Amino acid sequence: MTTTNRRRSTLFLVLFAVAVLAAITVAGILLNGRAMESDFARKNLMPCLEYPFGTDWMGRDMLARTLAGLSLSIRIGLLTAAVSACIALVMGIISATMGRWADSVVCFCIDLVMGIPHILLVMLISIACGKGFLGVVTGVALSHWTSLARVIRGEVMQLRQAPYILAARKLGIRRWDIVRRHMLVHLMPQFLTGLILLFPHAILHEASVTFLGFGLSSEQPAIGVILSESMRYLTTGKWWLALFPGISLVIVVLLFALLGERIRLLLDPASAQE
Amino acid sequence: MTMTLQANNVTFTYRGRHGAPVLQNISLTIQSGERVGLKAPSGRGKTTLCRLLAGYERPQSGQVLLDGKPVCGMRGVCPVQMMWQHPETVVDPLLRLGVTLSESGPVDRRLLEELHIEDGWMERFPAELSGGELQRFCLARALNPATRFLLCDEISAMLDLVTQAQIWSFLIREAERRDLGLLIVSHSDSLLEQVCTRIETLPV
Repeated sequence: MTTTNRRRSTLFLVLFAVAVLAAITVAGILLNGRAMESDFARKNLMPCLEYPFGTDWMGRDMLARTLAGLSLSIRIGLLTAAVSACIALVMGIISATMGRWADSVVCFCIDLVMGIPHILLVMLISIACGKGFLGVVTGVALSHWTSLARVIRGEVMQLRQAPYILAARKLGIRRWDIVRRHMLVHLMPQFLTGLILLFPHAILHEASVTFLGFGLSSEQPAIGVILSESMRYLTTGKWWLALFPGISLVIVVLLFALLGERIRLLLDPASAQE
Repeated sequence: MTMTLQANNVTFTYRGRHGAPVLQNISLTIQSGERVGLKAPSGRGKTTLCRLLAGYERPQSGQVLLDGKPVCGMRGVCPVQMMWQHPETVVDPLLRLGVTLSESGPVDRRLLEELHIEDGWMERFPAELSGGELQRFCLARALNPATRFLLCDEISAMLDLVTQAQIWSFLIREAERRDLGLLIVSHSDSLLEQVCTRIETLPV
């Protein structure tokens, strides 16, 4: 009985994390208007009951700004992680099935991208794409696929030698059908876990690139923008401007990491009971 | 029409085992209609020879020919099919057995009945069948209409005697009906004497 209960509590944690993240995303979209609203009658308020996260130097509600920023981060994270994971899947499969030459090319690309520090690469691509939403998404998506691509390449190479794949090939099944029917199903757990574990990286890099001024433009309520602006007010004692948005970002990242970890536990047959 | 499966002076070394070939200058010929027994102590390359004959591996020297054409590069359903020692590794654990079986095209009803394969199995996953049931299943899949040679690598070692007898009597009947060539690898001398028309031993 303990085993089913454990599995159920894992499932419950997963659902809880998904619900919280979805709630933040929706709330952020709905509060986008309020986050922009400035009112100089209530500027620089300490956290209180009416404004739990306080207000900033333009009298904007920090709770609304934080939620809108997180929501934007989560949406960017989802998009970039999905694009990145798909690139990884395609590259991994190409590298492992298209022969030695394709493998060397893909491995060279992986080494190349991995060799440059992430944050530098994200900044360069973002600048090249004209900063803003497009720049950040392209930058993060093009720099995060490498490690997952390696995992998938290794997995496909192992699968290729599996007797049931060899047997299917002897029965004249075409290469593409083998990839579709036999390999993709086996790659799903790795792929999904990799995808979810990409979120925290994507979100953090989006925030840091924006913080450094190479990402989203400053009128958007992004977490990176909030943090970089509040830096200037920290020294004058307005600690709440950076503290609450920062903590919220860490919590969202932890939630995603927890989600990925639990989903891996659920999908991996070796640990399905935990 | 008689066909010939032939290994000519094949030498094979597994990658990473430098200088220690598993097989050295081995030749073996099987005609269709023949049932050739193969015996050798463990680790002398019986399975490796099967893998070479079925075209899973390429020999470093020598050739494996089916009617004069190399087996390795054949397209479509290979006329040489191999039965593996462990059936549970040869079926995709995440696919229903019906899907796996359909890879061999529509399978003859008579074949399924003679192998006692029940319809209900098609909806199941490999983990839900026993080794013997899976082995019969693999046999049905390997007996594609295009198959002319069947290499049986210890296919009955883990079965009970009744199932062994059923499988072998079925295989002999089927081989005679379709004029198949069989290569039978086994450690059991009595089995080989009972089933085979000719017995070969791998040189030490």
